[in-house]
Amino acid sequence: MAEKEQLIIESGDAAQPFKYAVGMHGSKFFTETRDNMRLMGLKCPKCGKVYVPPRGVCGKCFVEMDDWVEVGPKGVIGTFTILRFAFIDPETGQQKPVPYGYGFIKLDGADTLLQHYIDIKDESKVKIGARVEPVYAKERKGNTRDIEYFRIID
Amino acid sequence: MAKRVAIVGTGQTFHKSHRPDVNGQELINEAVQRALADANLTMKDIDAILIGNMDHFEGINYVDCWSVDGSGGVMKPVIKITTGGTTGASLAIGGYHMVGSGMFEKVLIIGWEKNSESDTTGAITTAFDPIWDRQVFAGAISGLAAEAQAYMARFGASERDGARVSVRDRKHAMNNPHAQLRKEVSLEDVLASPMLADPIHLLDVCPRSDGACAVIMASEDSAEKICPVPDWIWGTSAHNTYSYLGDGDWGRLTSMEQCAKEIFKKAGIKEPRKELDVIEMYQPYSFAGLIWIEDMGIIGHGEAPKYVWDGNTDMGGELPVNPSGGVIACNPIGATGLIRCAEAAMQVMGKAEGRQVPDVKFAVSTGFGGCMWTNMLLHGKRKPN
Ligand SMILES: [Zn+2]
Repeated sequence: MAEKEQLIIESGDAAQPFKYAVGMHGSKFFTETRDNMRLMGLKCPKCGKVYVPPRGVCGKCFVEMDDWVEVGPKGVIGTFTILRFAFIDPETGQQKPVPYGYGFIKLDGADTLLQHYIDIKDESKVKIGARVEPVYAKERKGNTRDIEYFRIID
Repeated sequence: MAKRVAIVGTGQTFHKSHRPDVNGQELINEAVQRALADANLTMKDIDAILIGNMDHFEGINYVDCWSVDGSGGVMKPVIKITTGGTTGASLAIGGYHMVGSGMFEKVLIIGWEKNSESDTTGAITTAFDPIWDRQVFAGAISGLAAEAQAYMARFGASERDGARVSVRDRKHAMNNPHAQLRKEVSLEDVLASPMLADPIHLLDVCPRSDGACAVIMASEDSAEKICPVPDWIWGTSAHNTYSYLGDGDWGRLTSMEQCAKEIFKKAGIKEPRKELDVIEMYQPYSFAGLIWIEDMGIIGHGEAPKYVWDGNTDMGGELPVNPSGGVIACNPIGATGLIRCAEAAMQVMGKAEGRQVPDVKFAVSTGFGGCMWTNMLLHGKRKPN
């Protein structure tokens, strides 16, 4: 008997449009970044933890937060990696620009880390604890891309 | 009426990178048939089914509905549980709750995945926040690399230390006919394999697999009649940590710490290193084999590299970890956590064949999810008090 042919059905090039609400807290963060190049966090009235990205509730205390505080814009690398393998970004359908610096940034005054690109021109400087500052996009639209990346300033 | 719960049968497929010869329900059926045969039961004996996977991997929703011919769920209660990487372990915990409640006598639990059917990184991305987390996101590997980087900075561990864990698991996989990657690797092989995301090399991480696993749980009313040496579930625990990726305490797995404390306290285990006999850990990459046994309380923080280098977690060592070869050798994601549970059960039941650790009294199995979640089960030979 001939070897069986095993068929595969492919899904093709269909696009799926999504529209995600940022919410009032995220919107405040993005408009401050866009209009004033200020980074804002929300402080928990109970435990004092400052959250970036801002969100309405401190999960640990389960209380609502509305105390805005300015954070950064400078900070340190909390942890990081350098992505070196090529893959398709499902958000854009394009290949990610590997290699790229993938940072978890601890902005001054914040207690959580913000994920963003880190400049890796000099890889030897990319270390946990290195001081960084944001490089803002010239044309800011009110999303995470308003910061192009974080630059090491040590 | 709360009942004690035991695992009385397990079944697995022979996991492969690609199973184009079967569709989802046919793959599921292979594991179900083997679990029923192992327990010497038929579908007539099964009162309810729990099934799960990460349905965005295949892009096919409602496996609870469409798989009933293969799962045995025709005209039976079927419930789906899906919790990301922890799915398989959450299924086991759900089964424990159902049988333990006294409302279902025998429950069939199924975890499965056909990772070959879509783009794994693309699908994982859909589990993360579209506003804040996706811009730099790179699938499972970016968070794991960041964790390893933080651990290395905190405790001075090296890439060689991580590689030692891969060498162990790939060696162990040689004893497991169900594992996907059955070829030993050396330290040099791991360190020379392509750097994916610093400090993680290709051979530090799990593959993606097609596979299914099924586990049958029964209450104390029938467990010992079905199976001479059932695997008693002594306790379960599940903890989830954060909303956004940057909220994590990178370099530590606090959910693991919390689960271990809770479960060991419940069982009266004071020195897990001495009292446990084997661990089947959902360890998707090598460095987790260091970091997470510290968080589990097996040894102190920063002490794992030496403990692993000394052979303590190898077969024949003080506390063997992943006799099956673990996740680094095989990862059908929705099944992976349940495979850990099944493997731990087989160790307790004395059915682990070439990968059997002698005289297992207590075993731990875990599940791990991308939001640094942990699920944990404690398995024991003795019936719990
Ligand atoms: Zn709080």
